[in-house]
Amino acid sequence: MSDRLLAVDDLTVSFSSDAGRVQVLDHVTFAMSRGEIVGLVGESGSGKTTLARAILGILPANAAHIESGGIRFEGEDLLQADPADIATRVRGRTITFVPQDPFTSFNPVFTIGSQIMELMKWKSPLAPPSSGLSRYARTRRKADRVKVIELLKTVQLPDPEAMLAKYPHEVSGGQRQRLMIAMALMTDPKLIIADEPTTALDVTIQAQILKLLRQLTRERGVSVLFTTHDLGAAHEICDRICVLYAGQEVETAPAGRFFAHPSHPYTRSLLDSLPSREHGIRGIRGEIPALVNPPAGCRFHPRCDRATGECSALRPSETAVGDLHTLRCYHPLSQPEPASAAS
Amino acid sequence: MRIIALVLKRLTWFVPTLVGLLLIVFTVSHIIPANPAVVLAGEGATQAQIDAIKEKFGLDQPLPVQFWRYLKSVVSGDFGTSLYTQRPIAEDLLTRVPATLELTLITIVIAALLGIPLGVIAAARRNSFIDHALRFFTVSGLAIASFWLAILFQLLFAMKLGWTPLQGRADSWGPDPVTGFFVIDAIIQGDWDIFSDVVSHLVLPVMTLAFPAMATIVRFTRAGVLDAINSNYVLYEQAMGLPQRVIVWKYVLRNALIGTVTQIGLIFGILLAGAVVVESVFDWPGLGLYAVNSILRSDYNGIMGFTLITGTIFILVNLLVDILHGTIDPRGAG
Repeated sequence: MSDRLLAVDDLTVSFSSDAGRVQVLDHVTFAMSRGEIVGLVGESGSGKTTLARAILGILPANAAHIESGGIRFEGEDLLQADPADIATRVRGRTITFVPQDPFTSFNPVFTIGSQIMELMKWKSPLAPPSSGLSRYARTRRKADRVKVIELLKTVQLPDPEAMLAKYPHEVSGGQRQRLMIAMALMTDPKLIIADEPTTALDVTIQAQILKLLRQLTRERGVSVLFTTHDLGAAHEICDRICVLYAGQEVETAPAGRFFAHPSHPYTRSLLDSLPSREHGIRGIRGEIPALVNPPAGCRFHPRCDRATGECSALRPSETAVGDLHTLRCYHPLSQPEPASAAS
Repeated sequence: MRIIALVLKRLTWFVPTLVGLLLIVFTVSHIIPANPAVVLAGEGATQAQIDAIKEKFGLDQPLPVQFWRYLKSVVSGDFGTSLYTQRPIAEDLLTRVPATLELTLITIVIAALLGIPLGVIAAARRNSFIDHALRFFTVSGLAIASFWLAILFQLLFAMKLGWTPLQGRADSWGPDPVTGFFVIDAIIQGDWDIFSDVVSHLVLPVMTLAFPAMATIVRFTRAGVLDAINSNYVLYEQAMGLPQRVIVWKYVLRNALIGTVTQIGLIFGILLAGAVVVESVFDWPGLGLYAVNSILRSDYNGIMGFTLITGTIFILVNLLVDILHGTIDPRGAG
């Protein structure tokens, strides 16, 4: 695909812990096109945040181990490149970040303006790439500031000038997340990684923030990788949805197909678990497996009604079941249930 | 505005705090079984002579009356006369305050200038060789008694190596007194021989006091930096690719300093107390030595004067710390 922006290929990541190696991502393969908004959906502990941080290159260096795989961004393997070079050239420039918690993600003891201008000093499109100089030329600073004010207006923040002089604790949560979105856009990125950007916000504000994020990235043709455990939020803004379960991607589909024709048993039960008028709240039986010693094969098999022997022997390979719709399952829902499971 | 409100609020507590402090020290010093009148009257004095001295200094009055009289005279600017030297306490203290302040201020500045960067480095390279080396150093600094360290320093640097003077503030009379701070006075006088003499006399006492002070600062800075490094805002700054040195030395350090600054204020109090010991060992003519002599001679007015002046200094330093706090951390309510 010529419009391929990001390709995560066969990525396996583990963490050291007291209990042993925690296998957080198990051979995850996943891709994004330019301008696409992709939702990475999964429960807590499914590995979505780890995947987001692996792409950003900010996994904790002493605890995380990338055991296999690659992350290609615009054709360049981020895992093979020099980390310092990635930090100056890619992070904050072509890939930016919207954090989960806008309350604690601002530095509490600096004004919002000084934090934004620090970002522009190093990462503004006007800044020479990969320069290690710490001088901030006055003319560039002026031009950057004009752009900053403009963007703050775009994200519908009242009185941007006054906003810059404030400290983070003087600003509401919704406004802080608008600031974070503005900061993510300031450096003209190709990809924004938004890690549960609305989880910490009030429900009424969530929808506004999502709408804003979608509108602004659409206008600019910026891709968004949006991690969430909230299927409603994913439905709201995503073109395509990828489901992670216990560190394995199980199904990827365009948003419409995803909600209309879920094919993986886990996706099905995830959608069923949404509260509804007909059946109330329906949980998924069993528990998320501990990842220190995860189930072999498809990690969902201990909780799956359709599981057979092969499910616990080998993880199914990726199969296409429709346009852009792929899944990893031996017994997808579009097929009749196998006889062995019924017996 | 916030800072001014803070200062006013603190100043309203200034007088009650001092009075409370004086009351405690007054009570303790007067109820211990010591009788300065007997000491003053000398050996072989008759009871009548002793009683006369008691009456002269008001020592025959009940304690509350004595305390009330003392407070009244302090308010009018009279700290009383020394029972021992017969000179006004205020005059005695005035010559000694600069000696102690010179020692403690230089110590604090050196301890902070070295301790803060070392704390940051220890945290940034956690569990590296340098972190372990610093831990050894800081634990030693906190565990070693200062009078013992002072004597070791004297033995090594003054006696054996002969690099520094053994004790005192200066070999001669020191520079002409202007401010009472010998380092500053020597610079004013422009006499570099005196300057280097004064500085060389400062080396050992400053080292003795700075060692534990610096150890505390290193540990608090390290803890503060580690705390800040694991925060969400550092994760965000890293995710946006800001240079690691900017993250650590600007954004993390400022957050870590909130705890360190508080600690520096407390250290200052500990230094004033530590000066009592260190000044005795180094024969440093400061407040500490004066306090020791006053206590040994049951010189009530001297003890009270020392308490008053160190209490005031300590309260002012803490006010300064609170102001600094307010400047570093905009969230503080004060």
